[in-house]
Amino acid sequence: MYFDLNDEQQAIKSTAHDFLKARFKSERIREIAAGESGFDEGGWKEMAELGWAGLALPEEWGGQGLGAVELAILFEEMGYALAPSPLLSNTIAGLALAAGGSDEQKERWLRPLAEGSLRGTPALIDAGGPAEPMKFSMEPGGVLTGIKTLVLDAGSADFFLVATVDGGRHLIEKVAEGVTVTAEESIDPTRRLFSVRFEGVRPEATLSGSGEDYHPVFHRACVALAAESTGLAQRALEMSVEYAKDRQQFGRPIGAYQAVSHRCAQMLLETENSRSAVYGAAWAADAEPESLPLAASTAKAYASDAGWRVPDAAIQVHGGIGFTWEHDLHFFLKRGRANAAMFGDAKWHREQVAEAVLAGETAPASA
Amino acid sequence: MDLTLSPSEEEFRDEVRSWLQENHPGPEPEAGLDEVMSFRREWQLKLHAAGWAGISWPKEYGGRGATMIEQAIFAAEATRQEAPAPANVLGLAMGGPVVIAHGTDEQKARYLEPILTGEEIWCQGFSEPESGSDLASLKTRAVKDGDEWVVTGQKVWTTFAQYAKWCMLVARTDPDAPKHQGLTYFLMDMEQEGVQTRPLVQITGEGEFNEVFFEEARVPDANVVGGVGNGWAVAITTLMNERAGLAFGAISQIQNSLGRLSKLARETPSNGATAADDPYFRQRIAQLHIEVETMRLNAYRGLTKTMQSGIPGPEGSLGKWQWADINQDLTELALEIEGAYAMLARGSEHAVAGGAWQYGFLRSRANSIEGGTTDILKNIIAERVLGLPRLR
Repeated sequence: MYFDLNDEQQAIKSTAHDFLKARFKSERIREIAAGESGFDEGGWKEMAELGWAGLALPEEWGGQGLGAVELAILFEEMGYALAPSPLLSNTIAGLALAAGGSDEQKERWLRPLAEGSLRGTPALIDAGGPAEPMKFSMEPGGVLTGIKTLVLDAGSADFFLVATVDGGRHLIEKVAEGVTVTAEESIDPTRRLFSVRFEGVRPEATLSGSGEDYHPVFHRACVALAAESTGLAQRALEMSVEYAKDRQQFGRPIGAYQAVSHRCAQMLLETENSRSAVYGAAWAADAEPESLPLAASTAKAYASDAGWRVPDAAIQVHGGIGFTWEHDLHFFLKRGRANAAMFGDAKWHREQVAEAVLAGETAPASA
Repeated sequence: MDLTLSPSEEEFRDEVRSWLQENHPGPEPEAGLDEVMSFRREWQLKLHAAGWAGISWPKEYGGRGATMIEQAIFAAEATRQEAPAPANVLGLAMGGPVVIAHGTDEQKARYLEPILTGEEIWCQGFSEPESGSDLASLKTRAVKDGDEWVVTGQKVWTTFAQYAKWCMLVARTDPDAPKHQGLTYFLMDMEQEGVQTRPLVQITGEGEFNEVFFEEARVPDANVVGGVGNGWAVAITTLMNERAGLAFGAISQIQNSLGRLSKLARETPSNGATAADDPYFRQRIAQLHIEVETMRLNAYRGLTKTMQSGIPGPEGSLGKWQWADINQDLTELALEIEGAYAMLARGSEHAVAGGAWQYGFLRSRANSIEGGTTDILKNIIAERVLGLPRLR
């Protein structure tokens, strides 16, 4: 029993923290957010050099072979820094390739992805179809036709992993004939969303995995995203505490007033709970896979709420200045709210928890 | 990071588990606190004989010298199996640890053994009618008279005072010193004329707590613990022990309640199905489950930190706060699930689950008051964890 980061994990955390802090200063994030593509080529190259593109991908295909705990550590720091980057979508595409690809497919696609020279993103949600995780309506076949929407980072991706109604994944390159990528306007300008139209496109490859093979990928994606939201909450909390110590009204720092200090205490509670749930789920992914689905839904449900409520509370602590475009807090609120809706919202994940609990399978984890 | 138990911890858990299964005395008697107390005295004797009383105490004082993780395992397992509490719960959790930390050799020889056996019950005389959260403002006076102290004043919320032989009493011995410095910690013999105990009836209708009146009650100088004027520091040790010991038992207790809540939902008809099929109740039950799980994981993170640094940090305040919130939400939800039947209390023929949830709903109102109010815990977190300025 040791529920904390070990020395190696601590080192990953501080490396990530220092790099991201230096790389993504407020002015740079704003530049990227306002830019045409929303993509930071230089930042990507440096992340790839640090081995992040393949952090949790198998060593034999060029990855670092680390686990979900390390992935959570990295994404918590990505959230803390509000880093605009396709690292999340690329990681998920990599995990799906690792789970369902043949050796030949892995050699061709996964290796360059893990090394950072090729970027992939999943194309899951069908335009006009259910916005629920793991429910697809696009028909499989020799060629694919339809529109996928809410596709992360499609603008900077080289290929898509397109999900079909049978739970299959098909690899289509962005440059293929019949593929049209259209930018959507996301509430979060630091992570771009796109619609991708496929008109009679023959996939470059169809992975051999079926729907169930991708469930652990989905659950890891939920944990990574929940970790990112935890990082957003941590940063918003720190900004608030700093401001509450500094800002004077009625002759004393506003943090001395309980209306403000109790709000900050609430933010700490939500941030710490979120972190515990994320690390519990990440640990389960690595060490106790049978408890991952419940643990991942627990983490994603909690972090979905905390990830935007804490930045929202931070705006209230800051008062008027927190509502200005000039202050960075709105970016945290927007990222947090978008994250809450991604990969199953809190309500969807709570329903998964209810399903497990009300069936009588309440068995708490080992200890 | 490793959330599994080591082989020796697993062995310990299995030992606890099977001992409890074999020796569990069954449910507590339903009638009367006197019956409950004698039931718990017997249970404590059994625990003591098998070496399970005072498991956190060092071996040299008759304890088990268990590690923190073993204490957590024991608390979780005992609660999971719904084992009764020992009769002398305050002596074991607070009195003993204080005597061990601050007592003289004579005090250790005199007091520890009867705490472990439950022969002498302990109570805690801290809160006063005018000193609740601001404990250090307490007014009960102790005046030196030869080699004795004469105590006059009133304490309140004193659990088990009517059964107690000893009271952990904090009284003011120097009215001129700053409020935290003029206090002294005494062990007061409750069996004397100057001590009167009166039950305090709470909103549940029970008298779980008492008011205690001291009128020229006497304490020998030999019963001062930790030195005259050091009462505040000694009392703080007691409160730290209270929090550290409670967490894991509390989590198991909530897990039990949550299991009962799910059962209630499955058995309550609603809209042609059951409450367990109602999306609103499903969301609420799931959220409670999620909160309990975060509380459990927080507690393990806190335990890891405490094992590294040796002392429990103020983060423990988060757990106590969360525990109160969850317990209240949980019992509120149970009443919502019962619908109109929520009106029926204990003793009513048609009360759901014998009115247990109505009792729980009322009793849990105190969860955010007892052992540090939630409002005060938020102050502690704001000041000591976040470093925000104090208003006072």
